[in-house]
Amino acid sequence: MPTIFGSAIKRREDPRLITGSATYTDDVKLPGMTYAAFLRSPYAHAKITRVDVSAARQAPGVIAVYTGNDVKDKAVPVPCAWNVPNCELKIPHHHLLACDTVRYAGDGVAMVVAETRAQARDAVDLIDVDYDPLPAEVDPEKAAQAGAPQFHADVPNNIAFKWVVAGGDAAGAFERAEVKVQLRIVQQRLLPTAMEPRAAVASYNGGSGQLTLWVTSQNPHIHRFLCSVMLKLPEHRIRVIAPEVGGGFGSKIPAYPDEAMVSLAAMDLGRPVKWTEDRSENYKVTIHGRDHIEHVEMCGTRDGRITGLRTRVYAGLGAYASTAAPGIPTILHGLVYSGAYTIPNIEGTVYGVYTSGAPVDAYRGAGRPEAAYLVERLVDTFARAAHLDPVDVRRKNFIPKDKFPYTVATGLIYDSGNYEAALDRALEKIDYKRFREEQQAGWKDGKYRGIGLVSYIEICGLGPSQVAGAVGFGGGLYDSAIVRVYPTGMVRVYIGASPHGQGEETTFAQIVAEEFGIPVETVEIVHGDTDNTPQGWGTYGSRSTAVCGSAVKVAAERVKEKAKKIAAHLLEANEADLEWKDGKFAVKGSPQSARAFGELALAANVGWNMPPGVEPGLEATAFFDPTNFVYPFGTHICLVEVDADTGKVDVQRYIAVDDCGPQINPMIVQGQIHGGVVQGLGEALQEIAIYDESGQLLTGTMMDYAVPKASQMPHIETDHTVTPSPVNPLGVKGCGEAGTIASAAAVVNAVVDALQPFGISHIDKPLTPARVWAAIQAAKASGAGNGKGAH
Amino acid sequence: MQRSVTLSVNGAERSVRVEPRALLVHVLRDELNLTGTHIGCDTSQCGACTVLIDGRAVKSCTVLAVQAEGSPITTIEGMGRADALHPLQQSFWEKHGLQCGFCTPGMIMTAADLLQRNPDPSDDEIRHALEGNLCRCTGYVNIVAAIKDAAATVRAGRSAGAAA
Ligand code: FES
Ligand code: FES
Repeated sequence: MPTIFGSAIKRREDPRLITGSATYTDDVKLPGMTYAAFLRSPYAHAKITRVDVSAARQAPGVIAVYTGNDVKDKAVPVPCAWNVPNCELKIPHHHLLACDTVRYAGDGVAMVVAETRAQARDAVDLIDVDYDPLPAEVDPEKAAQAGAPQFHADVPNNIAFKWVVAGGDAAGAFERAEVKVQLRIVQQRLLPTAMEPRAAVASYNGGSGQLTLWVTSQNPHIHRFLCSVMLKLPEHRIRVIAPEVGGGFGSKIPAYPDEAMVSLAAMDLGRPVKWTEDRSENYKVTIHGRDHIEHVEMCGTRDGRITGLRTRVYAGLGAYASTAAPGIPTILHGLVYSGAYTIPNIEGTVYGVYTSGAPVDAYRGAGRPEAAYLVERLVDTFARAAHLDPVDVRRKNFIPKDKFPYTVATGLIYDSGNYEAALDRALEKIDYKRFREEQQAGWKDGKYRGIGLVSYIEICGLGPSQVAGAVGFGGGLYDSAIVRVYPTGMVRVYIGASPHGQGEETTFAQIVAEEFGIPVETVEIVHGDTDNTPQGWGTYGSRSTAVCGSAVKVAAERVKEKAKKIAAHLLEANEADLEWKDGKFAVKGSPQSARAFGELALAANVGWNMPPGVEPGLEATAFFDPTNFVYPFGTHICLVEVDADTGKVDVQRYIAVDDCGPQINPMIVQGQIHGGVVQGLGEALQEIAIYDESGQLLTGTMMDYAVPKASQMPHIETDHTVTPSPVNPLGVKGCGEAGTIASAAAVVNAVVDALQPFGISHIDKPLTPARVWAAIQAAKASGAGNGKGAH
Repeated sequence: MQRSVTLSVNGAERSVRVEPRALLVHVLRDELNLTGTHIGCDTSQCGACTVLIDGRAVKSCTVLAVQAEGSPITTIEGMGRADALHPLQQSFWEKHGLQCGFCTPGMIMTAADLLQRNPDPSDDEIRHALEGNLCRCTGYVNIVAAIKDAAATVRAGRSAGAAA
């Protein structure tokens, strides 16, 4: 049998997806189903002085209308589940529906349940609300200043927390440094835009007291847990099902008021209730990403040794603290300020700030893209200030490959790495020296080509549960698998993770098929239903394969150990004399005395002839808790040409070299990289969520928010190196977020590199033609450069 | 106020009572249980709802059900079954042209329209033909590869057919 682990086999999940027979949440239809629609605040900040639902209650088809005061006592406010310690975190109440104040345009005010979707919508328009508008502020830096409008009575200056990370002596390093650079970076708000909007269907059986909730979720066990809190319903009475889920990118991690409201209504009315957001609603109320204003500095020696990094960051949290929000700009951001480098002195201060925007939470990469971006922008800026080549500066400061595990100044212990190998592999794809020569020549003719390099690391494979507890994460971060072998030798595996496009029905089947020496088609992976899967923590943070995949591996090994005992018994041999070969346990030296996996499956399941003291049946459960995070890395290179007359950026080549350890299915890994890179390219070139000063979302539909289109995106060249992780039995690291973490900085580095002759040191993403053009005009006006490269 | 419409979907006539304002996509999904056609936006940008009407790719969220009466409609369910896939379905599978699959039915319908008009499209032509279809997962690289692959399969099938 060819090796299954490592082969690019086609995905098991695809036949249902390509024929239209998959079931997403909005496809769920139940007898007697009703439909919910929300009235949402048109104001970013206002007092509610009156809500009149009488006309809506009389409207055709309407079954019920709920306001904030109707449900306040029936439910617990939406919990925030990441209580980051030592930062005086303040988490204000987030009621399922606003009671007296609305805090962002989109805040829920009332919910209508009706016989049809259209009737629910029509009735929402009949609700009459009086608002007293209050001042809004969407800029996190401004919202944190004295005199800014106050959004929560118990959060002075809107500062949710002040979190500090420090290692070494940054102040001393900056004092002594020969070269210092600083930047003010805006990491704009982004809209995650999973192509499937969020949806929920709740059904309640009053007789048994059981609630079933189908919901667009990346982590059904977390949703069960948090719904149990919000609904005051015992956890074992709740079944959460994440059926087919059409992408998440972080936006389907959090608990939202919406699914809790739908559940409450189902319990109240005794009929199933469905709610599906439309895209405009999704853009208004589903979490947003990023939203940092950063003041960052780097210092070092004239010969290119980086000695210090310092930051002051204002991270917008939006109106309320979403499920994981406090951990994103802190634990998942500030702790990775060392990047791939040995930076001995680091000091970061992060202010989490409530604003009048939609809540901000994990969006693909979640804190790590923001860190990689500021570090890699600084490295390029520092190299230029020191008159050194950015490639040389990176090489000079890389953590050497023989120094792992390596403790960086922020205290993390990187598990493994070989950063120079990835850099070398990426540079092999281009002729760097020649590119630089042509670049210089081009500048003289007004041809602005640039190269952007990023050597990123990320912390992922979240993570040891003990660490999760220590950093205030309100759950574990182990994951789980039950491997169940049927009498015919077919296998079903029930997992705690909840893939939604990542292809783990295939990769996990490969792990099991490899272990048992059986065809991959005989293994089925089951996920997404809390009623049949073991407690697990879901799919995010590039964790599923490293953590849950390892649980699958360990459970399969346990099954195999038992199978070996049975084989020894049946063959009347000592276990020690057996070897596993070609899918069979055979007596060493006499290969004809052997039992294949299928035979052992039958023997175990009928139980006719078990070894003494061994129970019948063939299944095992594993809860795998890693000893550390994993730290994938890589180098991405972006080549651009900028049209200085129009400001248009043309990405001419994009090269991604990533190291996520051994690849179980290289085709799937490559797909993850492609998608991640394009999300980062969108961020770098065109995506931005814009609020006006009164807190109205101006990019509230797909007409205004520039999700990348096929024609706007380049081909992506991929390659990899393989550095196994020592922290899990597969040696694997995550790859879902890598592309996004690397690519935004690669593009901006390339564009700034191309525009060197103008003396431009930074342009904030997204690098739309208008912004690039304006930067060129401003540089010309200030006389910073002549555009010819001879400055 | 409801009225009856008769739609010809995937080769079968189906009569349903709908409100005049009902969009084709809602009728396909809610009345005819053809949930392979998806809804990803409310401004006709995403293309997840794309079906073929009279053989041309149309966003079914921009058409009233009553307007589609009398024209043959093909949805993803009418393209091929798991045991008899359409070349485009096969190629999306082979080339890993999908991840979460939400955009995929629409992508396949748009690609079907493209291949009817242009049996041998270049990468660029494919990327431009997908102007009205958004995918957030794949970065499009493998969607382009899948459509090229399907085009080659269809051409080979045609020439084999011609030779036979
Ligand atoms: S749902 Fe029709 S284009 Fe988006
Ligand atoms: S595969 Fe998920 S949107 Fe295209």
